[in-house]
Amino acid sequence: MKHIRVYTFLVLTTLLTGLGLQSPSAHAALEIVITEGIDSARPVAVVPFEWRGNGEAPYDFTEVIAADLRRSGRFNPIAVDDMPGQPTSDGDVDYSAWARSGVEAILVGHVESQGIGRYRVSYELIDVLRGQITGGGSQSLQNGELVHSQDHIIESRSSVVNDGQFRQYAHRISDVVYEALTGERGAFMTRIAYVIVEPDSDLPYQLVVADYDGHNERTLLRSPQPLMSPSWSPDGSKLAYVSFENRRSEIYIQDIYSTERRQVTSFPAINGNPVFSPDGKRLAMVLSKDGQPDIYVLDLETDRLTRVTEHWRIDTEPSWVPDGSGLVFTSERGGRAQVYHVDVRSRNVRRLTFEGESNLGASVTPDGRHLIMVNRTNGRYHIAKQDFPSGRNFQVLTETQLDESPSLAPNGSMIIYSTKYRNRQVLALVSTDGRFRARIPSREGEVKAPAWSPFI
Amino acid sequence: MQINKLVKALVFALPVLALAACSSTEDTTADSEAERRATQERTQQEEQRGVETGSADRQMTPEEERRERMDELRQENTIHFEFDDSNISSEYAEVLDAHAEYLLNNPNVNVVVEGHTDERGTPEYNIALGERRANAVVNHLQNQGVLSSQLSTVSYGEEKPVVRRSNEEAWAQNRRAVLVY
Repeated sequence: MKHIRVYTFLVLTTLLTGLGLQSPSAHAALEIVITEGIDSARPVAVVPFEWRGNGEAPYDFTEVIAADLRRSGRFNPIAVDDMPGQPTSDGDVDYSAWARSGVEAILVGHVESQGIGRYRVSYELIDVLRGQITGGGSQSLQNGELVHSQDHIIESRSSVVNDGQFRQYAHRISDVVYEALTGERGAFMTRIAYVIVEPDSDLPYQLVVADYDGHNERTLLRSPQPLMSPSWSPDGSKLAYVSFENRRSEIYIQDIYSTERRQVTSFPAINGNPVFSPDGKRLAMVLSKDGQPDIYVLDLETDRLTRVTEHWRIDTEPSWVPDGSGLVFTSERGGRAQVYHVDVRSRNVRRLTFEGESNLGASVTPDGRHLIMVNRTNGRYHIAKQDFPSGRNFQVLTETQLDESPSLAPNGSMIIYSTKYRNRQVLALVSTDGRFRARIPSREGEVKAPAWSPFI
Repeated sequence: MQINKLVKALVFALPVLALAACSSTEDTTADSEAERRATQERTQQEEQRGVETGSADRQMTPEEERRERMDELRQENTIHFEFDDSNISSEYAEVLDAHAEYLLNNPNVNVVVEGHTDERGTPEYNIALGERRANAVVNHLQNQGVLSSQLSTVSYGEEKPVVRRSNEEAWAQNRRAVLVY
């Protein structure tokens, strides 16, 4: 009877605080504090967009864009005061002055009204050095004809956006700039799911999603008992997670928009660590119903459950390789916990890690070239990286304390993880090359189990 | 001295009690009424004669003593573990034996054994480690003959620490199995 009541309350909470409602939770909003890596980042300028209308500008796009680029670890947007001018389109740019400022690219733009609540946002991304060489326009002979080109303009776009979409559109511009300058897709329009624990609250455990930068935080579920292991469906619309609401571990899948949730497993003993396959049709998980924790795969269409590993010692922490043909997982079969790979069809198992005392919680980068994991050396837990599958070029990426739960951005550029800072569990970021590091303090509570969404 | 007084009291009180018993009926209320009156009379007599009664401590049988100690041990429901380890240290053997005996004598009682870890290591690995600790306790109880139908486990890993701090003392308190009835 008690369980039923708790369950009803949980559902109610999810309905009331679902993403659709404008009820941002007041507590833990995250903020990103960059601790390392700005020196090695490429200088760029995000020039304030000109508002071509009356009164105050409706939105500060450039603040969001500059923050995005800085947090990517790749770029160091210079301060507005250090800019040699504030051009709003290619024609206004004093190329020699900008070339002297040392930035390699500038973003300029303007905003115009297009009726009530609608605005046209236009922007150009300009290669400053190329602009200086060609004087803002070059001429070349093509098929015997003189052609005027503007190859210093890397991107030039214009869109009409509603006032409710400003922040999202700013992230979209960041994606365009990032991809144009790095050749890699930007991950600024992504989300992060995580668990907040407020020990003194009646419902201490909360499953939360927010934009990757901590904005728009929404509580999907509050519970009196622990919530663990959120994992995104590949389309970014659902989360699988573990809930102890019935005083036992059970796996649920919840739609993040409709708040609809369903119980997927409730076997005796451990029901843990659900992970969607890259095609979204299967769910890897840890079950110990047959004696000890082993890796299983549940076909979500047929409900057929397949046991993938079978060993008398602990097997846990499954994570799909990008093509879905296999899983990396943690096993104690060799004594201490190490990372292994299992081919889902043949069930062949191969050990991948050998550095330090143990390695846990591994995942393969989206390009399939690196393994990211938690390494324990001399009793210290740090996030580390090595080549996949060879195991060469082992590198420890972090210097924080008790690091765990690393989750990769969908473009593979950044890792979000959980760590301990001043006796509290907080999230932190490190770039996959290890050069950029940031802390993400929350105002209250402990924050853990981060999961970076796929591209949305 | 005490014994003398006791003997004297008995000498005077017993005939009165015997009379009261004779006059009792099948009716229990009348019976207790008679007892009440007897006590009253006895007190009056004692007061008149200036005596007081005392009683000896009844000796507990060895069986009763053992049971009391078992009840005490059973108040202890937490077993602590070494880092990354699920062996039950010998100091907890007696505590677990007390729980085993209670469960054997009360086959309708069920217990949930919770497994917990400290915060070091990853949450998922700690769920597995917590389960191993809970299972170590379950195995110990089963070896004493407790029915497996009375026993279940749940591992909370590092999710429910007793002490939310990051030092050796806090970690030692958090590495535990708890018997929850």
